[in-house]
Amino acid sequence: MHVPERVVTNEEMAGRIGRTAEWIEGVSGICERRWAAAETSVADLAVAAANDCLVRAGVEASTLGMIIVASGSARPGFPGPAAEVALQLGLENTPALDVPMASAGSLFGMAMAAQMAGHFGDVLVIGAEKMSAVIESGPLDGNTAMLFGDGAGAVLVSARTGRWEILDMVLHTDGQYRDSLAFDWSGPLRMNGLSVILQAARKLPSSIEEVLGRQKVAAADVAVFLLHQANQNLLLRVAKSLGVPGERVYSNVARYGNTSSASMLIAAAEWSRESPAADPVVFSAFGAGFHWGAILAK
Amino acid sequence: MSDANRHARLLGVLKTITAQPLPADDDESLFESGLLDSFALPDLVSALELEFSIKVPDRDLNPRKFDSVSRMETYLEDHGA
Repeated sequence: MHVPERVVTNEEMAGRIGRTAEWIEGVSGICERRWAAAETSVADLAVAAANDCLVRAGVEASTLGMIIVASGSARPGFPGPAAEVALQLGLENTPALDVPMASAGSLFGMAMAAQMAGHFGDVLVIGAEKMSAVIESGPLDGNTAMLFGDGAGAVLVSARTGRWEILDMVLHTDGQYRDSLAFDWSGPLRMNGLSVILQAARKLPSSIEEVLGRQKVAAADVAVFLLHQANQNLLLRVAKSLGVPGERVYSNVARYGNTSSASMLIAAAEWSRESPAADPVVFSAFGAGFHWGAILAK
Repeated sequence: MSDANRHARLLGVLKTITAQPLPADDDESLFESGLLDSFALPDLVSALELEFSIKVPDRDLNPRKFDSVSRMETYLEDHGA
């Protein structure tokens, strides 16, 4: 994982959006977030997380069979950031796939990697976001600007034995709400918070229960739920819906804010460093589209 | 179920969720008045399902359907509650 050094506190954000630091923390659980420097790109963030992941896994970049880069905040146009990430990793012939999907991109990338690793070899999945560029592309919106941060997370998906084995996964998309959370660089990020939270509060637990039910695993037996870090209130609501203690849903949203498609893998990286090996674990995310789903691993 | 009974039960659910006095006008937006926010809305929908023994499908999870007492009454009536 990688997060930029610069910490943007609620006090700094409050002054820029005409709110108070206490209001920001109350509605989101966020205390601070990291913002990258102006010259830092989504690909730069992705490469930093990729290198960190590869070092920890003891894997050379040259052995990768594929990389997948999920990002909803990369500049539009082609090529996407995956080609530059591959180049910066020293790869000249390795397929690199962009998943231009905010929030749920890493989850979808992991699901694809689980299917592709048997054919291509080790797949490095990276979620990288520069959300500060999104919210600063126009006047700061007082209801959304304080939610987002920059960062990147990465995970190595392999057909070989690893820390966890992916047992099952479910992915879903419902395009009828595609306008409820959207951004196209021609105007500010648009978010219908009522619709987003209402849908997320239902769809996250339902997809988790779907994958757990198929594998006959009880939510109470899951060691940790590693979710997209959108909002602390939402994470606690998912825990309540699943009937598990709130602390079973890992949270670092207070320190990093919502880093969109990077957040689930940043959470997974931090949890795996802080905690002894435990399983099963559930990954789950929900985001613009709406796209959502869950992965069960042990 | 009589309209009066449904109305009374709906107000009971709303009072539990909002913990505040409800507006006198059943058409008043509960979102604009600040009685409901994005995190109270999922609780409200779950409470309605429990109280009226209905299942609100995901396709009906549109905040506008739950924006006022009268809109919720219409939804409940349309779904046999």
